Amino acid sequence: MKPRHLLLVVYVVFLMLPLYWLLNMSFKTNEEILGAFTLFPHEFTLDNYRVIFTDASWYMGYVNSIIYVTLNTLISLSVALPAAYAFSRYTFVGDKHLFFWLLTNRMAPPAVFLLPFFQLYSSIGLFDTHIAVALAHCLFNVPLSVWILEGFMSGVPKEIDETAFVDGYGFTRFFLTIFLPMIRSGIGVTAFFCFMFSWVELLLARTLTSVNAKPIAAVMTRTVSASGMDWGVLAAAGVLTIVPGALVIWFVRNHIAKGFALGRV
Amino acid sequence: MKTENNRAWFLVLPVFALVAFSAIVPLMTVVNYSVQDIFGPDDRVFVGAEWYREILQDDRLQQGLLRQFVFSFAILLIEIPLGIAVALAMPRRGRLASLTLVVLALPLLIPWNVVGTIWQIFGRADIGLGGVLVTALGVDYNYAANPFDAWATVLVMDVWHWTSLVALLCFSGLKAIPDAYYQAAKIDGASAWAVFRFVQLPKLKNVLLIAVLLRFMDSFMIYSEPFVLTGGGPGNSTTFLSQTLARLAVGQFDLGPAAAFSLIYFLIILLFCWLFYTTMMQLGRGSQQ
Amino acid sequence: MARIELAHLAHSYLGKPAEEGDYALRPTSHVWEDGVAYALLGPSGCGKTTLLNIMSGLLRPTSGRVLFDGRDVTDLPTEDRNIAQVFQFPVVYDTMSVFDNLAFPLRNRKTPEAEIRSRIEEVAEILDLASCLRQRAGTLASDARQKISMGRGLVRTDVSAILFDEPLTVIDPHLKNSLRRKLGEVHRESRLTLIYVTHDQTEALTFADRVVVMHEGEIVQADTPQALFERPAHTFVGHFVGSPGMNFLSCEVDGGCAVVDGRRIRLADDTAMDGAKQGDRWELGVRPMFLELVFERPTEGVPVRITHVEDLGSSKIVTATTGGGNLKVRVGGEEEIRDGSAWVVFPPEQSLLYRNSRLCGKSAAGQP
Repeated sequence: MKPRHLLLVVYVVFLMLPLYWLLNMSFKTNEEILGAFTLFPHEFTLDNYRVIFTDASWYMGYVNSIIYVTLNTLISLSVALPAAYAFSRYTFVGDKHLFFWLLTNRMAPPAVFLLPFFQLYSSIGLFDTHIAVALAHCLFNVPLSVWILEGFMSGVPKEIDETAFVDGYGFTRFFLTIFLPMIRSGIGVTAFFCFMFSWVELLLARTLTSVNAKPIAAVMTRTVSASGMDWGVLAAAGVLTIVPGALVIWFVRNHIAKGFALGRV
Repeated sequence: MKTENNRAWFLVLPVFALVAFSAIVPLMTVVNYSVQDIFGPDDRVFVGAEWYREILQDDRLQQGLLRQFVFSFAILLIEIPLGIAVALAMPRRGRLASLTLVVLALPLLIPWNVVGTIWQIFGRADIGLGGVLVTALGVDYNYAANPFDAWATVLVMDVWHWTSLVALLCFSGLKAIPDAYYQAAKIDGASAWAVFRFVQLPKLKNVLLIAVLLRFMDSFMIYSEPFVLTGGGPGNSTTFLSQTLARLAVGQFDLGPAAAFSLIYFLIILLFCWLFYTTMMQLGRGSQQ
Repeated sequence: MARIELAHLAHSYLGKPAEEGDYALRPTSHVWEDGVAYALLGPSGCGKTTLLNIMSGLLRPTSGRVLFDGRDVTDLPTEDRNIAQVFQFPVVYDTMSVFDNLAFPLRNRKTPEAEIRSRIEEVAEILDLASCLRQRAGTLASDARQKISMGRGLVRTDVSAILFDEPLTVIDPHLKNSLRRKLGEVHRESRLTLIYVTHDQTEALTFADRVVVMHEGEIVQADTPQALFERPAHTFVGHFVGSPGMNFLSCEVDGGCAVVDGRRIRLADDTAMDGAKQGDRWELGVRPMFLELVFERPTEGVPVRITHVEDLGSSKIVTATTGGGNLKVRVGGEEEIRDGSAWVVFPPEQSLLYRNSRLCGKSAAGQP
């Protein structure tokens, strides 16, 4: 028993230490950061956070990120749901090939799509918009969503569909009022993964935006290239990007284990 | 079971259209560029497989490929066993269980560039806790100047970032094992190691396949974290394939070679995923009479 | 071999059990005789799996002791208890061959290889597994894998009892019979104590020498299948065993007879009501096949109204109502049953009296 617990404790400490350090830095002034090495702020300050909340070039980064992440989750879910239903209930010409092709898209390096996306979205006038990033992320999130949702849907017995149709339900009504509530947790898990991937992705999000839809990740890396780094603000910005993720995990914590099981693992 | 119905295509159409738009059109563009030499928007020459030949013979690419493989395999070697070990160590029930899950999931939801930033700060010998601790042990540590230190830091960063994914996947796999298996093993007088080898590991097979595939793919495509941490340096020592490609495509605007490189990159990943998949399926099947 | 004794065993899954309802297993004492094939029968949730797991050592009882041949094993871990357990679904080490599966418990106990081989050959013969010894266990069908589970218990020379927890649950219906027969063979060959948990009364009654019936955490009767049928010790046993179950009518008692709807009915034991107390609840129990349905007024009988007839081919089940409740009577398939009124005759030898759900009188001999 003992070595098991020790491993877990060491691992958790390993995970928490850099996060603690980031938090620590976010409450320090730049002078203190560069001047003395302290384990906790001797001069506690909220200035770094103040900068972020008052400077539009900072907080708009968050707003933009949240906008396209939400857009992406909504789009991915709405197209993936009917498709997953089709894969789960029917066989049709080319279904296995389609499914496999969808999964291979997840294996494509985002870097490969940098240039084409850049040109594609520029040519249709969607460069530097939230919808561009949302659509670009769909390339990876939609296959994953279809895969996860199909797993959950296969767990719902076909008899329920048949009974509803016999009872006179139209397809849309059945789907929205009967079927979807049954796979509530599956939808939750899918939304979680869509959010997760879209929120963290940097390369595509940065390439497809410049000013109007600039995500927080790009704002932060901008700070990196400037000389004389504002460590405190950078740390505070980092902490703020972790907050939405932490909140999401906290709310779905009971479903996490179930979610990773994905019904088919 | 499933009924045959080609009208199901209507349900699939939105997905198909969206992914096709996002994937096929760009890919066609890439294929197109990869066989042309582009001097300007209207000035192109068809050059056939010239870029492919050039790239495959390019020293830098070969070194980059080697670097990337070493990195990805090192990642797998560390993260898979560590993830399994952590999953075995995690409490299965109770409040401690959900707390552990939350803590473990946290690194997975941090934007990748922030991961880079966190370690950029943490690893510095002057302002970072990690850097200070290492130098306090007497080691001369500087990830910005020393290639070995840079590699070590990138590896530790990735382990910090992604081991939780393996652990969480394995945890859910372990949870799915019915108690009866553990009870039967007790009755049979099995040691803890025997339980791991004959009960837990076989039942984790599917989960591990997913973990290996995901980690291989994602580590092979890695971009933001090392970019923010070391910028690819010192020199080229931590420049991995995605960064090379990004530099080619968007930095130098060498569209032709970049496109050819992109396709080779994609194909390598597909190939290795297929290799991993078939190997693990075969291992799972074992030997039969 | 093993004589398993349970002394005042009780178990609650709650930390601090306060009242009777908190106990999954109420204080129970019972002796399992050596070499007998028992069925442990009861509906879901009655505590039979709890009892089984306490005996095998997978669960520590809240109170009470378990003794094997007089030796207190309550604190002994499972692997030291000389028992084997077979679960609801085949528990097999899929990556190992059948041979290695069977060898596993012996190798863990450091048995010499030569002995292992001979034991496995013996057991594989009995279980019809000899032809697939070299195959990977994961490739076999579920009935074969369940046999492997059994086999792992049989190979051990130190096993004195095998406990089965509803082992045929996932087996295909057409394979259940052959597996059940195999179990019977195993019992005859090995003379081990077998305890077979099930909620299926047919399974229990056909397999076991003796059946132990459980209800709401208590053992209510332990007897031969015959006794269970003819002299149920508890109204639950009367309901549960037999199809349709026993008839129970609320009644009064008066002078050695039960009184239903004003009619006096003679009983198997006319001293059954001795020791009666205020507030006792009386019921008259008779099995449907022993009742007689007549259409002319008999010397002794109860008037009924026929409400329903179910035709089963070789017999019919007639449902009728009296003042004291509903009755089911089994009659021959050829009989003509008219709707309306009739009379039911109660044969005294099969008329049993139940006080507060328990059988009373001399006939209550088969109590645990």
